[in-house]
Amino acid sequence: MYLKHALRAATALTFVATAAAHAQSITIATVNNGDMIRMQGYTDKFTEATGIEVEWVTLEENVLRQRVTTDITTKGGQFDIMTIGMYETPIWGANDWLVPLEGMSAEYDVDDILPAMRNGLSNDGTLYAAPFYGESSMVMYRTDLMEQAGLEMPEAPTWQFIREAAAAMTDRDNDINGICLRGKAGWGEGGAFITVTGNSFGARWFDEDWKPQFDQPEWKEALTFFVDMMNESGPAGYATNGFNENLSLFQQGKCGMWIDATVAASFVTNPDDSTVADKVGFALAPNSEGVDKRANWLWAWALAIPAGTQQEDAAKQFIEWATSKDYIELVAENEGWANVPPGARTSLYENPEYQKVPFAKMTLDSILAADPDNCCAQPTPYVGIQFVAIPEFAGIATQVSQEFSAVYAGQQSVDEALAKAQAFTAEEMEAAGY
Amino acid sequence: MARAVTTRRKSLNTILAWAVGLLIFFPILWTILTSFKTEAQAIASPPIFLNFNWTLENYAIVQERSDYMRFLWNSVIIAGGSTILGVIIAVPAAWAMAFVPSKRTKDILLWMLSTKMLPAVGVLYPIYLLFIRLGLLDTRGGLVVVLMLINLPIIVWMLYTYFREIPGEILEAARMDGATLKEEILYVLTPMAVPGIASTVLLNFILAWNEAFWTLNLTAVDAAPLTAFIASYSSPEGLFFAKLSAASTMAIAPILILGWFSQKQLVRGLTFGAVK
Repeated sequence: MYLKHALRAATALTFVATAAAHAQSITIATVNNGDMIRMQGYTDKFTEATGIEVEWVTLEENVLRQRVTTDITTKGGQFDIMTIGMYETPIWGANDWLVPLEGMSAEYDVDDILPAMRNGLSNDGTLYAAPFYGESSMVMYRTDLMEQAGLEMPEAPTWQFIREAAAAMTDRDNDINGICLRGKAGWGEGGAFITVTGNSFGARWFDEDWKPQFDQPEWKEALTFFVDMMNESGPAGYATNGFNENLSLFQQGKCGMWIDATVAASFVTNPDDSTVADKVGFALAPNSEGVDKRANWLWAWALAIPAGTQQEDAAKQFIEWATSKDYIELVAENEGWANVPPGARTSLYENPEYQKVPFAKMTLDSILAADPDNCCAQPTPYVGIQFVAIPEFAGIATQVSQEFSAVYAGQQSVDEALAKAQAFTAEEMEAAGY
Repeated sequence: MARAVTTRRKSLNTILAWAVGLLIFFPILWTILTSFKTEAQAIASPPIFLNFNWTLENYAIVQERSDYMRFLWNSVIIAGGSTILGVIIAVPAAWAMAFVPSKRTKDILLWMLSTKMLPAVGVLYPIYLLFIRLGLLDTRGGLVVVLMLINLPIIVWMLYTYFREIPGEILEAARMDGATLKEEILYVLTPMAVPGIASTVLLNFILAWNEAFWTLNLTAVDAAPLTAFIASYSSPEGLFFAKLSAASTMAIAPILILGWFSQKQLVRGLTFGAVK
């Protein structure tokens, strides 16, 4: 009798184990931001439709970068999908570390992906990551303060106008800073911002022979202008301010202008978090008079499949679902058009409902104004706008941005920082064989 | 007169001790308070101390988004396992160094401690590759071994210091009474060193609980402990300080409670032999 029960139990357990073994599961490494967290909430719908379970590993951006880099370079196989950006994708694609995203279904409509995003996430014309959301940078400004200052923000301002407006809006007695910008060290923080500022003054990181260009007058002009303007009209301690610190200041009504990621528009216009939600206007990122390049970058958080995953088909299915037009509609239906992941698909910007979102047009215009293949007024040997798509860049730019942050903190002069940046970059590039 | 001076000095010392204690505890207190605020209140300037609408919303969101118990269980297993394994290895090692020292004992101790000076990231790739080969990535067993190895020098040092305070004659007497080495360590040395062992265990449990380099780099889903739980709420693009604070409070709560109940033992152990 007991033997019979035991046999039955064993058989049942075997069935359960077999079923469990057949249940497909993929692991996704991702960053913690509003759009990604929202996607995690809809994952059940993907599982219902496909039977594929999804495990999430959510990490802070820098930790994620280190974690997925370690895993992909050692072929650790911990993840079936990785959330990576425009910097990593072409480099990893060229190294054959990523699965090419070929053979996507007709409904997916790969041609609908914004050309700038598609180019930035490709290597030699092959797409290696699908953009989940994309961003550029633009000017966000207080319409009420601008009016009080008797000025009108042009749709495409110059740096000279921005400086003038910042000075006019600054009201130290009421703790209002005319302008808030990133000064925090780090290639993705203040490093990214000063790089695009340099671009808009005609500067570039390298000439066509990969020689660093910090000893050229354009860099001196850009850095001096930035420091002078921030000292006149920026918040105290801006050398340690990054995206979050400036977002916090702007939401509390302490910034007249903020030039940063277009994705911030949904935060500053959200009345639940922002005290100035109904007083925000948008404009293109500025350029210096006479320079044909603006200070706007291009970035996308994209989903890629590491080479060697055992779940390539399931991972592709997930990417098709998460970056599809249907997913955008799913979010719009449940949470409104202002909350859909922006900056990835052309059709989103053709949608009349989305066109009603106040920052939609300026976001698209900013993305379209950014060209990763042609970042600068002078010719360059590299791809990328706020970064240079070579493996050595992250390390070099982190060091260079530390030197620049020291200038913002008043610890050294512009000339000293540029000389150190030039020497360090030249040394590193030579060591890397350029 | 002398008594008045002594009383005044005592009061001053008490006030100073409380001030230093509060200063050290303030970041934790601020984290706990922030966890009960809305995101807008969390970033308010000037900061709001107590006068805000207390809400449990952040805890509800964190609870809904993450499987807290899975992370907690992993932390308990990893911190507990690495500490126990470390003590099992360190007790005989510290015994040998304290009671049967050689000419090189001091050098060995210093060499062991010097391994703590190596930046962890320097050995990330070798360890990661080793873990891939051994199939230890994202396993609790793998992390138990790594954290034990990292904390072993501290465990050996602490136990060595405590054992040195115990008179060797007592162990000699046990040996003369016929105790074997195992009996000598288990039944004579260990009971006398209980306060020292207890504080070593507690301190290393806390160190392993808080370890955030290896636990983030060697885990993904199955073995991820509370450090990974906190990291999942940190964001450079978006203000989620209240939610991050709620996650942090949930992560530190068990260790705070453990520390609160064992503080007497911890202080006794840490000051053991400090005053002769």
